[in-house]
Amino acid sequence: MYTFSNKLRLSAFVLMIVGVLGLGYGFLAAPGTVEEAKAMVADAHHGGGHEDAAATHDAQGTHDGEHATHDASHDEHLLHQLQNKPWAALYVAAFFFMMIALGTLAFYAIQRVSQAGWSPLLFRVMEGITAYLLPGAVLVFVILVLSGVHMNHLFVWMDPETVAHDELIQGKSGYLNVPFFLIRAVIYIGGWAAYRHFSRKFSVAQDTAGDNNNFKKNFKISAGFLVFFLVSESMMSWDWIMSVDPHWYSTLFGWYVFASMFVSGITVIALITIYLKSRGYLEEVNNSHIHDLAKFMFGISIFWTYLWFSQFMLIWYSNIPEEVTYFVSRIEDYKLPFFGMVVLNFVFPVLVLMNSDYKRLNWFVVMTGIVILIGHYIDIYNMIMPATVGDQWFIGIAEIGGVLFFMGLFIYVVFTALTKAPLVPKRNPYIEESRHFHY
Amino acid sequence: MSNKVIQAIYADDDVLLAAVKKVKAAHHHIEEIYTPFPVHGLDKAMGLAPTRIAIASFLYGCVGLTVAILMMNFIMIEDWPQDIGGKPSFSFLSNMPAFVPIMFELTVFFAAHLMVITFYLRSKLWPFKKAENPDVRTTDDHFLMEVSLSGNEEELTSFLQETGAVEVKISEKH
Repeated sequence: MYTFSNKLRLSAFVLMIVGVLGLGYGFLAAPGTVEEAKAMVADAHHGGGHEDAAATHDAQGTHDGEHATHDASHDEHLLHQLQNKPWAALYVAAFFFMMIALGTLAFYAIQRVSQAGWSPLLFRVMEGITAYLLPGAVLVFVILVLSGVHMNHLFVWMDPETVAHDELIQGKSGYLNVPFFLIRAVIYIGGWAAYRHFSRKFSVAQDTAGDNNNFKKNFKISAGFLVFFLVSESMMSWDWIMSVDPHWYSTLFGWYVFASMFVSGITVIALITIYLKSRGYLEEVNNSHIHDLAKFMFGISIFWTYLWFSQFMLIWYSNIPEEVTYFVSRIEDYKLPFFGMVVLNFVFPVLVLMNSDYKRLNWFVVMTGIVILIGHYIDIYNMIMPATVGDQWFIGIAEIGGVLFFMGLFIYVVFTALTKAPLVPKRNPYIEESRHFHY
Repeated sequence: MSNKVIQAIYADDDVLLAAVKKVKAAHHHIEEIYTPFPVHGLDKAMGLAPTRIAIASFLYGCVGLTVAILMMNFIMIEDWPQDIGGKPSFSFLSNMPAFVPIMFELTVFFAAHLMVITFYLRSKLWPFKKAENPDVRTTDDHFLMEVSLSGNEEELTSFLQETGAVEVKISEKH
């Protein structure tokens, strides 16, 4: 049995408290009125510049009235972007950690269905990580509900005034309306949490069972879950991520989000396994298990890049105006995060994890894992931020606070769940094979 | 100057593996082992050095990537930068996404083909090569270990028989 060390518990609480403070600061610093928003932007540009530009504009003296209304709508837009900043920071971090748990759950179900012989030794680690899925998804759901009751402007299609002037969104309102949106979210979360609950139950029951009935039941529900997951994950990515840009659509978006969550989930499995092994738990895990996980990290990183590039290149190549604005805004305002994440998520893992010997070194896998996780946080950041805060983005106190808070919560929930059952499943039919796994 | 080798034939890969370990422990030099299929762990038991073909392949891939970049940069950007369907041919980077499929394919092409050719060269394989098979049964169901013969012939023969060989013979070859 694993015991949650006090040091780790304390660091989880410290992370949560620091995170809450950071997020709180973000919400307090958000402007309440148009004037405040303008003052903040003027400060950020060290004043002067904007007024000069305005002065030259006024000197021309033409269409003043038109200019004034345009300025007013511009200011309103700016205010919404700045007010969105702490919300988007919260949402990106909440989604990122939920997606780690969801990606791990998908990986776990695949291991069960494929009857993999190497991984049963790691099942309890995976079950520990997926314990975060329900609380994490509920937190995301709460943010979605708060958006639905107009506490923020994360989803423009939830704003009736915007929709009134937007025929494109009106045409989509059969799908994009708040009640249906929330009902769908409940179905996804319910489905995932139900699978997680029963799979864990059967997995623990198998430890003391007299036959393999629980194992077989787990196989069946895992296969069923994977079918449900494929559909629900795809729709979830349209709902929770793609709909922040309601004018844009991409057919492979669901897969793209899936690749991101899958590789993050596998990376976290590797990191937690290495941590537990370094603390003297999981002694039977050998460097071949780590090697396999690192191969998955390597392969799925390339898979992610393949989807990222396919989506980017198809849209860049045909350059259809209604699609390409998505990337235009990202390349203009988010050049470093947009291309930087390709370096973090592709170039770095490819070069570092190519060598078979390096994939067996714990510190190498940990280092690459941290880079991959940062890269995929920025990936989610790039999906949400351009539509919600636009060119006002910054990775500041609120964003880091959001990550720290959810990281603390994640650590607390996951390591608490790890203490609830023995770290090595006992009567799994493949556990012997997994113990002697050698590659 | 006769160059004699002793050939021990085994009928089972597990027996062969155990025999290899014994022969190594007795410090006899194994010239060659012929098997009908890959025996897992045989290279380790024989103490063969690991292959470096993956490193060669990586380097070939780098060559392929370089060829692709230089080729398309010259053709599409430097030599004749036409406007083809509005694609920006001002610099390599401005039109790079369109080149990536070719860069990828050429990398794989060079890495794969040059690695295979390296393999053929290093293992001396070509279409009209005379097969080097000391016993026809080794391609079907028997395993043959060749040990260099130095010193006592009878002692080595009986030693190999003890390791489970179904047949031991002395042959003059090479």
